[in-house]
Amino acid sequence: MHPSLETSVDTNSSKRRRGAKAGAGGGINTLLIGIALLYLSMLLFVPLVAIFVKAFEKGFGVYWAAITESDALSAVRLTLFVTAIVVPLNTLFGIAAAWAVTKFHFRGKQVLVSLVELPFSVSPVIAGLIFVLLFSPGGVLGPWFVEHGLNIIFSVPGIIIATIFVTLPFVARELIPVLEARGGSEEEAAVSLGANGWQMFWRVTLPNMKWGLLYGIILCSARSIGEFGAVSVVSGRIRGLTNTMPLHVEILYNEYQFSAAFAVASLMSILAVITLIMKSFMEWKTEQRANREVH
Amino acid sequence: MKKNRSHVLPGFGLSLGFAIFYLSLIVLIPLSMVFIETAQLGWDEWFRIVTSERVIHSYKISFGTSLAAAGINAVFGLIVAWVLVRCTFPGKRLLDALIDLPFALPTAVAGITLTTLYSENGWIGQFFAPLNIKIAFTPLGITVALIFIGLPFVVRMVQPVLQNLDKEVEEAAESLGASRFQTFRKVIFPELLPALLSGFSLAFARGLGEYGSVVFIAGNMPMKTEIAPLLIMTKLEQFDYAGATAIASVMLVISFVCLILINLFQIWCRKDRLAKG
Amino acid sequence: MMSIQIRRVSKRFGNFLALQNIDLEISDGQLVALLGPSGSGKTTLLRIIAGLERPDEGAVLFDGKDITDVHVRHRKVGFVFQHYALFKHMTVFENIAFGLKVRKRRERPSSSEIKRTVDKLLSLVKLEGFANRYPHQLSGGQRQRVALARALAVKPRILLLDEPFGALDAKVRKELRRWLRRLHDEYRMTTVFVTHDQEEALDVADKIVIMNKGAIEQIGPPDEVYDEPASPFVYDFLGSVNLFHGRLADGKLKLKGAEIDVPGHFGASNVEAVGCVRPHQLSIEREKNGGDSFRATVQYCRSIGPDVFIELAAAESDKYVEVQLNKEEFQKLNLKKGETVFVRPREMRVFIPGH
Repeated sequence: MHPSLETSVDTNSSKRRRGAKAGAGGGINTLLIGIALLYLSMLLFVPLVAIFVKAFEKGFGVYWAAITESDALSAVRLTLFVTAIVVPLNTLFGIAAAWAVTKFHFRGKQVLVSLVELPFSVSPVIAGLIFVLLFSPGGVLGPWFVEHGLNIIFSVPGIIIATIFVTLPFVARELIPVLEARGGSEEEAAVSLGANGWQMFWRVTLPNMKWGLLYGIILCSARSIGEFGAVSVVSGRIRGLTNTMPLHVEILYNEYQFSAAFAVASLMSILAVITLIMKSFMEWKTEQRANREVH
Repeated sequence: MKKNRSHVLPGFGLSLGFAIFYLSLIVLIPLSMVFIETAQLGWDEWFRIVTSERVIHSYKISFGTSLAAAGINAVFGLIVAWVLVRCTFPGKRLLDALIDLPFALPTAVAGITLTTLYSENGWIGQFFAPLNIKIAFTPLGITVALIFIGLPFVVRMVQPVLQNLDKEVEEAAESLGASRFQTFRKVIFPELLPALLSGFSLAFARGLGEYGSVVFIAGNMPMKTEIAPLLIMTKLEQFDYAGATAIASVMLVISFVCLILINLFQIWCRKDRLAKG
Repeated sequence: MMSIQIRRVSKRFGNFLALQNIDLEISDGQLVALLGPSGSGKTTLLRIIAGLERPDEGAVLFDGKDITDVHVRHRKVGFVFQHYALFKHMTVFENIAFGLKVRKRRERPSSSEIKRTVDKLLSLVKLEGFANRYPHQLSGGQRQRVALARALAVKPRILLLDEPFGALDAKVRKELRRWLRRLHDEYRMTTVFVTHDQEEALDVADKIVIMNKGAIEQIGPPDEVYDEPASPFVYDFLGSVNLFHGRLADGKLKLKGAEIDVPGHFGASNVEAVGCVRPHQLSIEREKNGGDSFRATVQYCRSIGPDVFIELAAAESDKYVEVQLNKEEFQKLNLKKGETVFVRPREMRVFIPGH
């Protein structure tokens, strides 16, 4: 459901028509450019700059202290730990789902595609809620886990599972269009030349989808590092134990430690900027390929 | 299953099996919990919760602000898409890349940043204060956060359509004597409308469920600036799971209906396009 | 070298019957064309021979051995895909070497051996010096030859090609056609290719299999299928034909306005039948010489090189007839548009529908 994060595999983008007609509509276009710039500045550009300005407002010392303080470090550690578990699982799922959906025909395929996208249309708060319902001591599976001394909710496993839910679609939805556009004949050729399943996957399929895969993994990582709503619900917000980076930002902010809050926020923003650069790079790449295939 | 296999590529059973297993475990079974719990609640209790005054207000606020934000995004998103496709100016590529920021930036970061900027003494809020317009901690603030969150949808839906628009159709219209405005209204706009509506609905649906960016800027006053996801959160913190679930069930049904409508609409548009040749 | 037997093979895709009860023998070293319009099932049949598709019923035998359940990986067939399916991220060299490099270590040739094989194939397909290019840097004809070299690298027992020349322009196509024929004559490898172009099939193949709607219409050498088509469909598919619908009785095909002697059909009495006559098997006469000619009006004449094609409207029915004459005959007749003449079939093949 998030159309914007797809890299367009559109061959026409190479024929992008740059430049409006000078003369006749020049005035209107200038006005429109002005409106667009103002709009985007107020909503995107200024906020992005503000994060870093606010982070360094009280000087580099405060910034450094904020990101090296022990609670901050344990939040970073927990976030990276969660991401390190979530991303490989969702990558595996993404590859499997994309492979099944794009290379085979079966009944209910469209349903499967819609289900993959489903977590995007569920509010993060509800995403957290469902796992509370499932695993809290009063929930369906909760008593069993409590009996076995396993805490899911208000502890790390809960954070992990909620994050898996929220970031589940990213890799799959990047790979599906890429594999779809490639068709299956290169794989069939590999198999007809004697390659077994692994050889086909490593030598033909993976090289063909590596950029889409990488981008999907980056999006999945970015979101799992930044997920707030769902994690907020399932974590007990115990400092140093179940605090992820976004939760840490919230706590600092609510304690009026604004500079510290923005310092931690700036770390996550750098990741966001890297994601954007990566996306532009991917688009540039597809454009190149489209140009190449035209000639 | 075997009969439906299209060819000899390996891994069908494994990949499909794993995908379905994983989806059931992570998505389907947990999500069904909402409806199971709701069913246990009983109709009367459920009805009492979801029609209580505070809940109704939270729905109204969520709907109103999401609708307003999606509407504003539709108008300005169209302009932004137009500018990005049809105009040249320095820094355009950078701007194009920046459009996706709301998807890449953690919502909590967006939330604290927008609150800081749009509060009375913030960088942007200070210009509105003399006009007696308060943004942060009012429904207006919620709308700003939702505009931010939904901004990429309309732009990214409209942009490719605009890019692939046949230039000759416009030239034909102009050669027939249509003014630039007429050409836009009668030739270009109808082509963009389906994408524009899809973008609008996606932004709306996203706004309904948004939590992270809104919670800081909203002020969270019951009946005034309390959105539905926040109310779910509040109920959870009070261990009122039944209340939270009831509110969630309504939200879920609404977003599923949105989802189905968007899908149907897109199918319908595709068919329409095919019929036109 | 290898012979192929197809036994009662059927294949469905959903409700679409792609192949029904196909029986086909291809002997050692033959070059066979599967010819038919799109949707006739020819590509499906080729993919079933390759093992890329599984038949719902029936069996495929190589050299008398049932290999229906053998995976494409182990069939040792060389398959050239319609759009080549070259690995876009690999060079020409890597593409051709692929089949050798994926072998189990025990069976894998050494890298110097692989290089030798690839170099030999590159010179065979006349692409020496292209080893380090990527597919997108090649022309269509070159890609086609890389695809062929890649398929040959694994020393296949059978070479299968799906519309091998379909995506190329006319001149390159003719060249590659000759070259494929020469290649085949040199290697004598059993080769099957799919085409919808009759000229291609007639030009290259030893044997043509004509398919229509999932069934085989006729099998035979090129001149045989051209000269003695087994059905009105084959007649029409291999060149143009005039069809005359009438009733067969007393050894004559009775049409509106004419009765034509058809020897060999004395047994049939009063059944519906179709007479097939190629445009060059019709004569135009100024007078009615017996019951086997019918009246028609000249509609249109066009000359293509040494031949003249005349379109006439039959007087007794609303049928149009096409006649092919050479320039001399045409000039002798001195036909004018709108003129009424008599058309006489010199030869005719009669088919009784359902037989």
